[in-house]
Amino acid sequence: MTERAARPEALSVLDQPNSYIGKTVPRPNLDRLMQGRGQYVSDLELPRMAHVVFLRSPHAHAKIIGIDTAAAKKMPGVIAVVTGQELASFITPWVGVLSHLKGLKSAPQHAIAIDRACWQGEAVAAIVATSRALAEDAGEAVGVEYEELDVVTDMRTALEPQTPVIHAMLGDNLAFERIHSPGAVDQAFSDADAVVEAEFVFGRHTGVTLEPRAVVADWNPAEERLTIYQGTQAPHMVQNIAALHLGLEERQVRVVCKDVGGSFGIKVHIYADEMATYALSKLLKRPVKFVADRVESFNTDIHARDHRCKGKIGVKRDGTITAFEIDDLTGIGPYSMYPRTSAIEANQVVNLVGGPYVTKNYRARARVVFQNKNVMCQYRAVGHPIACSVTEGLVDLAAMKIGMDPVEIRRRNLIADDAYPCASSSGLRFENLSHHASLNKLLAMMDYDRLRAEQAELRKQNIHRGIGIASFIEVTNPSAAFYGVGGAKISSQDGVAVRLDAQGSVICQTSITEQGQGSESLTAQIVGSVLGVPMARVRVILGDTDNTPYGGGTWASRGAGIGGEAALQAAKTLRKNILDVAAAILQTTPAELDITDGVVANSSDGAPRIELKELARIVYFRPDTLPPGIQPELMATRHYVPREYPFAFTNGVQASWLEVDTETGFVKLLKHWVVEDCGTIINPQLVDEQVRGGVVQGLGAALFEKCIYDERGQLTNANMADYLVPMSGEMPDIDVGHVVSPTTESELGAKGAGEAGTAGAAAAVANAVNDALSPFGATITEIPLTPQVILTALGRI
Amino acid sequence: MIAAIPISLEVNGERVETQVLPRLNLADFLREHLHLTGTHVGCEHGVCGACTVRVNDEIVRACLLLAVQADGGSVQTIEGLSDSGEVDDLQRAFRDRNALQCGYCTPGMLMAAQDILKQHAEPSREQIREHLSGNYCRCTGYQAIIDAVETTARLRRGGAS
Repeated sequence: MTERAARPEALSVLDQPNSYIGKTVPRPNLDRLMQGRGQYVSDLELPRMAHVVFLRSPHAHAKIIGIDTAAAKKMPGVIAVVTGQELASFITPWVGVLSHLKGLKSAPQHAIAIDRACWQGEAVAAIVATSRALAEDAGEAVGVEYEELDVVTDMRTALEPQTPVIHAMLGDNLAFERIHSPGAVDQAFSDADAVVEAEFVFGRHTGVTLEPRAVVADWNPAEERLTIYQGTQAPHMVQNIAALHLGLEERQVRVVCKDVGGSFGIKVHIYADEMATYALSKLLKRPVKFVADRVESFNTDIHARDHRCKGKIGVKRDGTITAFEIDDLTGIGPYSMYPRTSAIEANQVVNLVGGPYVTKNYRARARVVFQNKNVMCQYRAVGHPIACSVTEGLVDLAAMKIGMDPVEIRRRNLIADDAYPCASSSGLRFENLSHHASLNKLLAMMDYDRLRAEQAELRKQNIHRGIGIASFIEVTNPSAAFYGVGGAKISSQDGVAVRLDAQGSVICQTSITEQGQGSESLTAQIVGSVLGVPMARVRVILGDTDNTPYGGGTWASRGAGIGGEAALQAAKTLRKNILDVAAAILQTTPAELDITDGVVANSSDGAPRIELKELARIVYFRPDTLPPGIQPELMATRHYVPREYPFAFTNGVQASWLEVDTETGFVKLLKHWVVEDCGTIINPQLVDEQVRGGVVQGLGAALFEKCIYDERGQLTNANMADYLVPMSGEMPDIDVGHVVSPTTESELGAKGAGEAGTAGAAAAVANAVNDALSPFGATITEIPLTPQVILTALGRI
Repeated sequence: MIAAIPISLEVNGERVETQVLPRLNLADFLREHLHLTGTHVGCEHGVCGACTVRVNDEIVRACLLLAVQADGGSVQTIEGLSDSGEVDDLQRAFRDRNALQCGYCTPGMLMAAQDILKQHAEPSREQIREHLSGNYCRCTGYQAIIDAVETTARLRRGGAS
């Protein structure tokens, strides 16, 4: 028996000579983006293409009495001015609910508002013209008569009897409520030596993708097909939804997604203006382009994180945490988003609070309320930053209360690394986590003891630095448990097709998508490694429903873990098929052959036998020379979805080192560390950069980002000058380390890494600020930590 | 509406003679009239830096300049810098360091990075961070970009990679 045959195939992938798995290799096709030759939807022009501009409600809540379009229709370049009522015969409304979120309710939402606008920025009419500028000119000539209605803005009073109900048909403003109460919580709190309570407040913020949402819809009546060019994370979901509401079959809708200028969860939803654009193309029988301008982005891209969460922790003098309790409240705007719903974030908060810790005593309530603000929905690390900030904030407060070091209290309560598999207090199943190994690695990276000594020394000089630690868990590789079970047509499986071309190169079609994470690279790395073909000879095609297998796309940290495994399995199958043909040509057995660097070689001595190029030539052009009975299959398709665990949880820990200027309230971030465990690492550089980018989005939330609404529901900082995002000058260097605990559910063993940075960054910063302010007896449980918030806590203003 | 105004300028070394409306900004002119779509539009009011181009050897926000203001001038976009090979090494450093993810900020970022590299032979990390502070990146967290610029500066000084 040969050595290869003696080894299970399962080991072969990671053991291949010249494997790209675990190696830093540059992403393919970066030159295109760096040379200004990218193909973003905002760059796209088609023959006869028209541009749509949406006229948007200036009021947060208003009845639409009438719309006068006559003058606008006469303006130069105007092709059509369309109201919600007129568009309604082309596209049906939707309701953003899922059956597994019991009790979740919402009202029908139209592509363009009919009769009533429910937030400032909701579209009330569409102006289609030969250019965007001319459409904007005409928009000023559209007369809309509004009757302002009472607004619901403050989530804290949204459920009070005197507050108006936004959608009368729903009875009240409560969209969703979840109550969860495992363990003996009251007993656990009474067993505690100390109980600490706090209210955590999170600013409403948004993703600010640098390329705004963009779509070109092209209805071809001769083919009865709609081609949608859109920057989206989930092309097949868009295909399904567009078809459903336009009265088409899915086969009549093609979604093409080339380069996408940032996504972060912003571009994984179905937006009313995008739906309107599809319908306008059908109405006008020509391509219609919509690109949001920046003001529209702020007013209509989903917002996230607007939570007020009361938290409570019980702790014994020896540091044992006895229980957690939370009461979370979030306001989601006037509609639950479609089709993923706006209850997921609050639901995640309930799921994730206390997740890293041993205690099983946990009581939670989450309420999701309607309000007349822009819609809220899933943005990067959904729910994680809330849950992590509440949990880690409470743990630090408990440590402070009993006079214990923040590291020590975590050591005493984090789930032991040898306790897996196990479940959290909210019922989440953990296959294999590494909290303690990660914490130890973090402390070594940051030289914790030295930093504490430095902190103490500097305090004597009236320099106030703080150290903040935050452990976290992260949902990745979601199965059908996320959306499918609730009835959403959002695939949790992904497919990859791999084929050998006639020159021995490889063409790979995958249903995951690319927005810069490195989907294309990881697919090529896996396929190249498994097949024994140089990456440069693997071409990856993605983002086209006509030309890829069916699948979910890239979101919720699923691309590497799910799409990567499908790529691995497809490549394994193609490899076997190639070796079968090679064995027939070479009159040997497949077990005696291997593929290395694009050449079929003896597995025993590595002697080259036949190049893939030559094999392909024979198969495609001289099949007559093959032995009888052989039908080569030089294309293989495989799909994959996790079935054993609903989610592949990962874990990690972050630390922040910062300085607070107690005179000005400014925070200077000095250094940030992350240790995370995403299982098998396909490309260390890509993982590190996902983590760093995620951290900085979390740092933005911690210090700067907030959508500021006034009491009339007006967004007052809907531009990039007033809505602050992190700039290079104020961001720290971020050190990233890893612990590797592969999931055994897949052969690849990869879990996700996209949420990790965002999940814990704000919690680490908030804990560090409180650590810095501890000599002043000030504790802050609100983000963003603006100078105003800090100076207020210090009693200086 | 005010009539179109004739302008004459050089874009990436090519003469352009055309007529534009006075309200047309340089970013839209480059993208929509000349189809140079490497210049990106992010915020439309001079904050994000995605539309950074070079006009008469100074980097400017193409969204804050009217096309008519470039009359008689010389404009260079990322397409020009790429084709001439001026930023080959910088692009290589970006690729090797994965200093871009979605790539939307990248043309503007390369413009601003090349600008500091021309001004300083040995910029500190702080100087690089400061110089690039007018160019927003939402994907990378900036560190990889700073690394790539620092590496390019070192290599241009004849240092080892």
